[in-house]
Amino acid sequence: MMKIKKWKRITAFDVAITFVALLLIVIVGYPLILVLSNSVSDPAMVATGQVLFLPKGFTLEGYKAVFTDSDILSGYANTIFYTVAKTLLSLFVMLPAGYALANSSLPGRKFITALFMITMYFSGGLIPTYLQVKAYGLYDSRAAIVILGCFSMYNCIICRSFFSSMPHELVEAAEIDGCSPLRAFVSVILPLSKALIGVIVLYVAVGQWNAYMDCLIYIQDSAKMSLQVILRRILTLAQTASLMQDAGEYAAAMADREALLRYSAMVVSSVPLLVVYPFLQKYFDKGVMIGSVKG
Amino acid sequence: MKSPLSPFKRKDKPMPGDAAVVNSKGRLMLRVRRNRDYYLMLLPALIYVILFCYAPMYGLQIAFKNFKMSLGMAGSPWIGLRNFTDFFSSYYFGTLIKNTLILSLYSLLVGFPIPIIVALILNELNGKFKKFTQTILYAPHFISLVVLVSTLSCMLSPSQGVVNTILEMFGFERNYFMANPAYFPHLYVWSGVWQGMGWSAIIYLAALSGIDPTLYEAADMDGATRLQKIIHINLPALMPTIIIMLILRVGQIASVGYEKVFLMQNDLNIETAEVISTYVYKRGLINSNYSFAAAVDLFNNVINVTLVLIANKISKVISDTSLF
Repeated sequence: MMKIKKWKRITAFDVAITFVALLLIVIVGYPLILVLSNSVSDPAMVATGQVLFLPKGFTLEGYKAVFTDSDILSGYANTIFYTVAKTLLSLFVMLPAGYALANSSLPGRKFITALFMITMYFSGGLIPTYLQVKAYGLYDSRAAIVILGCFSMYNCIICRSFFSSMPHELVEAAEIDGCSPLRAFVSVILPLSKALIGVIVLYVAVGQWNAYMDCLIYIQDSAKMSLQVILRRILTLAQTASLMQDAGEYAAAMADREALLRYSAMVVSSVPLLVVYPFLQKYFDKGVMIGSVKG
Repeated sequence: MKSPLSPFKRKDKPMPGDAAVVNSKGRLMLRVRRNRDYYLMLLPALIYVILFCYAPMYGLQIAFKNFKMSLGMAGSPWIGLRNFTDFFSSYYFGTLIKNTLILSLYSLLVGFPIPIIVALILNELNGKFKKFTQTILYAPHFISLVVLVSTLSCMLSPSQGVVNTILEMFGFERNYFMANPAYFPHLYVWSGVWQGMGWSAIIYLAALSGIDPTLYEAADMDGATRLQKIIHINLPALMPTIIIMLILRVGQIASVGYEKVFLMQNDLNIETAEVISTYVYKRGLINSNYSFAAAVDLFNNVINVTLVLIANKISKVISDTSLF
C-alpha cells in the first residue's frame, strides 16, 4: 500500500532528494574513479596532472610492475594469511564466549561480563601492551599480528545478543537427545548462526586486511610485513623521490618506477574488498540489528 | 527475536536430582559443575583478556617508574609522578592537548550529524537507486587508511593534483595543502567524513527501518508533507540511537586514533598534526622512552574513562538512555 502511494507523483521533494543523492555519489565516487583512471594512464600524463577523470594514454605497465614486484607479492601473501588466521581465531574465541555469556544462569556470568566490559573502556595502552608482547616472545612473529585483537568485547556483545535471541527450544531439544552443552553449541546452534558468523567475519577481516600500524609496531622482518606497510613504503618513496629534484639518475629512476607502481598498487590492494563487499551488504544491517538488541 | 526468553532460563529451576542438595554452597557447586562446558567456552576469551588486556594494565606501573629494559619491570626504580609532571610541564603539553581536542571536536561536530542526514536521505530513496547509492557510499569504508591518505595527497599534490589543476584554471595559486599546518584539521576531518558517512549511516538506517508504518499512515491522514514526516516521525525515532552514539563519541573526545594522523603527518604540518597518541607512539616505541610514553597514554586513558562516565551519567539523568 505504501509503495503505491509513493509512486503516485513526482514532487519537488523527490527531485531535491535525488539531486542530493546524486551529489553524494559523485563526491564519494570521484576519487575512486580517479585513482582507477590514474592506474591505467601513462605515468607522464599523470605526473603533469592531465588525468582529470578518464584515463589518458592507456597502459597496463603499472599492473605489470605490481605483479612482478616481489615485495608486493609477499606483502599480499602475508596479508591474506593474517586476515584468514585472525578471522578464524576471532570466531574461535568470540562465538563460544558470546554463547556462554548469553547463558543467564551461569554462575559468575556477571563478574566475567564486567571483566570483559572493562577492557572496552580501559586498557594498558600501547606501551605496556608492546612490552608484554615482547615479554611473551611474540615480538616480530606472525602470531603477534594474528592474536592481538582477536577478542573484542564489542563483537562479543554482538554474539551474546544474537545467541540470547535464539528460541530456547533448540537447546532443550538437543539436550533431551543427550547432547552436552558444548555439543549442542557446535552441532545445533552454530549451523543456525550463519548471519552472526557473516557479521563477525566481515568486521574482523576488513579490519585486518586494512591494518597498518600493527605490523609497523610488532614486526621487524620485512618478509612478514603486511601489504599495507609495503604499500605505504612505495607511496612515500615516490613522494620523497619527487622532492629530490637533482638527486641524480638513481633517484629519478626510482621516482619513475614508483610513479608507475603507485596507483596500480593502490588499486590492487583495495580491489579484493571492493569486489566482495557489495555481496555482503545484507550483513551490514544485520550486524547493527543484532548488536542493538539489549542483552 | 522470536522468543524474548533466553534458552538458559530453565537452568534456574530445580532439577529432579536437586532436591537432595539443601545448602546453597552445594547447590552452587552443582550449578558450576553442570555448566562446565560453558566455562570451557569462555576459556579462550578469558585467557586472551588476562594475557593481553589485564597483564598490560598491571604493566602500567611503569608509568610511575623509570623503566629500563635491562632492569625489568620489577627491578626498575619507582619515581612517583615524575613522568606525569614532566609531561605537564613539557613544551609539547599544550600543543598536544590543543591539537587532539581540535581534531576530535571538529570530527564530532561534522562527522556526527552528517551520517544521520545521510541516513535520512537514503531512507527517502527507493528500490534499485537506493541500493546503488548505498553501495557507492559504503565503498570508502573498505579502503585502507594508507590508500585513503595517498589518494588525498595525490589529489592535492601541487604538481599533479586535480584540485590544484582546477584551482589554477580559475586563476588561483597552486598550493601544497598536505604540507600546510592550517589545512591539516580540515583535511583530516573531511576525509574522515568522506570515508565514514555511508558506513556510519547504517545504524541509523536500521533504526529507521524499524519505524511502525501506521505512524506514516496517521501522518498522511493529517496531510503531513514528507519533510514534516521526517521531522516529526523519523527524527524522534532516531533519538535513542543518536544519544547512545553521542555518548560513545563523547567518551572518545580526548582520544584521536594514531593511525590516520600518523599517515598524514610530515615535517611541515607537524605543528598541528601531532596528537597525544602519535606522540606516545614516537616517544615510546621509536625513542624507547617507555615510562614517559606510558604515563602520557595513561593520562589520556583516564580522561577518556572519566568522559564516558560523565556522558553516561548525564544521559541517564536527562533521557533514561545509558550504556551501563
